[in-house]
Amino acid sequence: MTDLSMSRPQGQSRTGKIILRWVLYLALGLFALFYLMPLFVMITTSLKSLEEIRTGDLIALPREVTFDAWRTAWSGACTGVQCEGVRPYFWNSVLIAIPGVAISTLLGAMNGYVVAQWQFRGANVIFSLMLFGCFIPFQVVLLPMARMLGIMGIAGTIPGLIFVHVIYGIGFTTLFFRNYYVSIPSELTKAAKVDGAGFFRIFWSIFLPLSLPIIVVTVIWQFTQIWNDFLFGVSFSQAGTQPVTVALNNIVNSTTGVKEYNVDMAAAIIAALPTLFVYVVAGKYFIRGLTAGSVKG
Amino acid sequence: MKSVFFGAVSATALIASAVYAEPQAEVLHWWTSGGEAKSVAVLQEEFAAKGGTWTDMPVAGGGGDAAMTALRARVLSGNAPTAVQLKGPAIQEWYEEGVLADISSVAEAQGWADVLPASIAGHMKCEGTWCAAPVNVHRVDWIWANADVLEANGIEMPTTWDEFNAAAEKLDAAGIIPLAHGGQAWQDATVFEAVALGILGPDGFRKAFVDLDMDTLKSDEMKAVFDQMRTMRGFVDDNFSGRDWNLATAMVMNGEAAFQIMGDWAKGEFMAAGKVPGEDFLCASVPGDGFLYNVDSFAMFDVDGDDKKAGQELLAELIVGQNFQKVFNLNKGSIPARTDVSLDEFDSCALKSAEDMTASSDNGSLLPSYAHGMALRGAQAGAITDVVTAHFNSDMSSDEAVNMLADAVANSM
Amino acid sequence: MTKWLEENTPKLVLAPSFIAVLIFVYGFIAWTAWVSLTRSRLLPRYDIEGFIQYERLFASPRWDTALNNLFIFGILFIVIAMVLGLVLAILLDQNIRTEGAIRTIYLYPMALSMIVTGTAWKWILNPGLGVEAMVRGWGFESFTFDWLVNPEMAIYTIVLAAIWQSSGFVMALFLAGLRSVDGEIIKAAQVDGIPTWRIYTAIIIPSMAPIFLSAFIVLSHLAIKSFDLVIALTGGGPGYATDLPATYMYAMAFSRGDIGQAASSAMIMMMVVFAIVVPYLYSELRSKDD
Repeated sequence: MTDLSMSRPQGQSRTGKIILRWVLYLALGLFALFYLMPLFVMITTSLKSLEEIRTGDLIALPREVTFDAWRTAWSGACTGVQCEGVRPYFWNSVLIAIPGVAISTLLGAMNGYVVAQWQFRGANVIFSLMLFGCFIPFQVVLLPMARMLGIMGIAGTIPGLIFVHVIYGIGFTTLFFRNYYVSIPSELTKAAKVDGAGFFRIFWSIFLPLSLPIIVVTVIWQFTQIWNDFLFGVSFSQAGTQPVTVALNNIVNSTTGVKEYNVDMAAAIIAALPTLFVYVVAGKYFIRGLTAGSVKG
Repeated sequence: MKSVFFGAVSATALIASAVYAEPQAEVLHWWTSGGEAKSVAVLQEEFAAKGGTWTDMPVAGGGGDAAMTALRARVLSGNAPTAVQLKGPAIQEWYEEGVLADISSVAEAQGWADVLPASIAGHMKCEGTWCAAPVNVHRVDWIWANADVLEANGIEMPTTWDEFNAAAEKLDAAGIIPLAHGGQAWQDATVFEAVALGILGPDGFRKAFVDLDMDTLKSDEMKAVFDQMRTMRGFVDDNFSGRDWNLATAMVMNGEAAFQIMGDWAKGEFMAAGKVPGEDFLCASVPGDGFLYNVDSFAMFDVDGDDKKAGQELLAELIVGQNFQKVFNLNKGSIPARTDVSLDEFDSCALKSAEDMTASSDNGSLLPSYAHGMALRGAQAGAITDVVTAHFNSDMSSDEAVNMLADAVANSM
Repeated sequence: MTKWLEENTPKLVLAPSFIAVLIFVYGFIAWTAWVSLTRSRLLPRYDIEGFIQYERLFASPRWDTALNNLFIFGILFIVIAMVLGLVLAILLDQNIRTEGAIRTIYLYPMALSMIVTGTAWKWILNPGLGVEAMVRGWGFESFTFDWLVNPEMAIYTIVLAAIWQSSGFVMALFLAGLRSVDGEIIKAAQVDGIPTWRIYTAIIIPSMAPIFLSAFIVLSHLAIKSFDLVIALTGGGPGYATDLPATYMYAMAFSRGDIGQAASSAMIMMMVVFAIVVPYLYSELRSKDD
């Protein structure tokens, strides 16, 4: 717990504290503005008619607000010969993302727990090898991976996509958990062992309850990676298993046709909603002081 | 476990459909939005009307780059799509990898050789057999203009590059951006090849960008092409970097700019805004002789199953069929690849394009567009584009550019 | 038997992931190394031809630019995003009442696909449409912000957008770290009258060393793989001034049908990254062993 503001050293005056507080909020607000700027452009654009975009200032507020673009993006925009918007592709992404996140997070937690708390000869070497794996460019793995998926008989299927995401996600999830668990004193494990608790039991009843903030971080990372992935989604899917990013890309990219920026922007925001939802829900578990009292060594 | 399950399902599906051999096709294409999607939907409807089942596999992005990525992965996993949108020498490249199917039986039964211009038919053949079906012909070497702006400044559509430069200076002085342009590599290349066609002439263009003749690439004429590109750079506004081509078209529409050099898909943008060709905007071929074409086509991949093979034959027949060629191209702004389609419903720009195509086909100046992947294989075309865009976006001299061009082409082999 | 199982549980738990990494990372790197020695074009071929692809690579001025950009972009992006993420996390850890909302605002850029967000950034950074035009509209006629269209400066717009996109996640990572710091030690320090900023620099930040490692790995991963960002924002332009190795590799492999060349660029890229990352990892993991 790093609750410093509430118990500042005595000497500071009350007004000083209030001014400091205002400066703090001002800084946070300014940063928020910076982060919100592109969203502002996207939302205003999505509310304009195409006519207005063509003739007007691209970053101005809409003269006339219309929600047509949102409707089109959700259920009417063409993503090929079907013109049903991004809606039909949502389910594919959900089917890929949820198992993908769950499996890779669980594996990461177990791996991290082993590397941080159950060191054996060579464990650090294995961990380092997994870390370097994070740096392999995905463009490189596309072709051999396609061949492997073909051999395994899961090319073009949702299980195939989940498999790929888990494989290239465990490096990161292991890293997050390991680096979080390393700071938990090893005496805790030792004491539990003396009490007769086994490997899984210690994990389940001691480490997991301490892990909420890092689970949140891992889920945020993995969900974002999988939901927003385009390269794997486009390469290892076939008709019927394409995720929402492929649909979004199909709406946005017109090689020689008219570009409907308002629909593009609306579709992009719609496609991002599940991720935003995860941020809001998961973010709740960032609660201060969750670990207080438990980590005493 | 799951994989076994999925395998079993698709195996039964295969057996079931093999009995009836209903035409089946999974089609990989990148026409995914707006008018393009509607155009390809026409094909799907015809296919379905003939009893076929169309499975759509749309992948847009980067002018087909993403689709080509997906295609490689599909081929390597032993799961190739039935039909794929492919064009130019890429068709022959895939053929050399031994993955394309032969559609000669359809092509011969339908007499494709008689209705397609010879140079376009050449792109559809692999070592004597037919391996792809052409959809349309886009003309690349167009110059578009805002009619009112030209009239107000007393300017005629230029017929030589000198005239163009004079007109541009006049417009510049009047505070109008002479050339609307988006600084993306492919747009730079589009302007470059239009200029090159005018200055090198059809023969020189063929030597440089089809045969990759080193002497032509290093010639004084090529320097003159780069000199003209440098001049054109002065006619573009300062904020052109990265601008999408359609925003450049909008600048011409709004009268902010006077000209744009772009393929005939730009016409669709004018039309969508309710502008009338000949009244609101003008179309003309760029100064010089010749016709640069960009032909979209579909290639059939080697697949198992009678139903899929039936699908490929039906698809090939429909693509080159008169009805589809007309409807599709009316939607898309291009002209039919076959020369015996009635053009009654087409606009004046399309008519001019069709007329010029026939004429240039007769005198040998019907040429493939290098900027749109019709003339060269990807590695060589890309190497040239690298130099063109580096020159246009820096203060490189024409001598340097010509040397770099020769080096880059040699290095790409 | 059960005894053996008990002793080896940790190894057994780690084994599947380890095997997967061996095959799907190191096996594939070996595959890439092999292909980089061939003349593969459209699809991989396996006849070794020597180092021709590497010679071609180093003869290409575009690759030169791409590699240079990786250094500029990588260093600036990692350092700035890390500092910004830490600062935001500390600011947000002061019992802010609207923490949930602000945290989501800082994080949301990660959720948006760069394919479309790139367009929004392109408009904001375009001198004729965005910030420059706006500030000039307020009466500051000489205000200039034309990085996007200036080949010398365009790479910095990529840095800016990349920081915008990823610093929120780094903040989350540090926030999780801050919340695992042992409160007792801090209370003790406060009782001793040590000023707040000293508590941060001397106690809290050093105790988060493992989190810095996580942040570093994530950011370098993002830096080398920055691809969508470049494609959407500048398309590698003006000219190829903002090309990065990832975009170079993709162009070679998939738009130009030059897989051998792509493989050689991937190998060089991995070697560069390993040369930088390995010493850092070594020192980090080393100190934990003692």
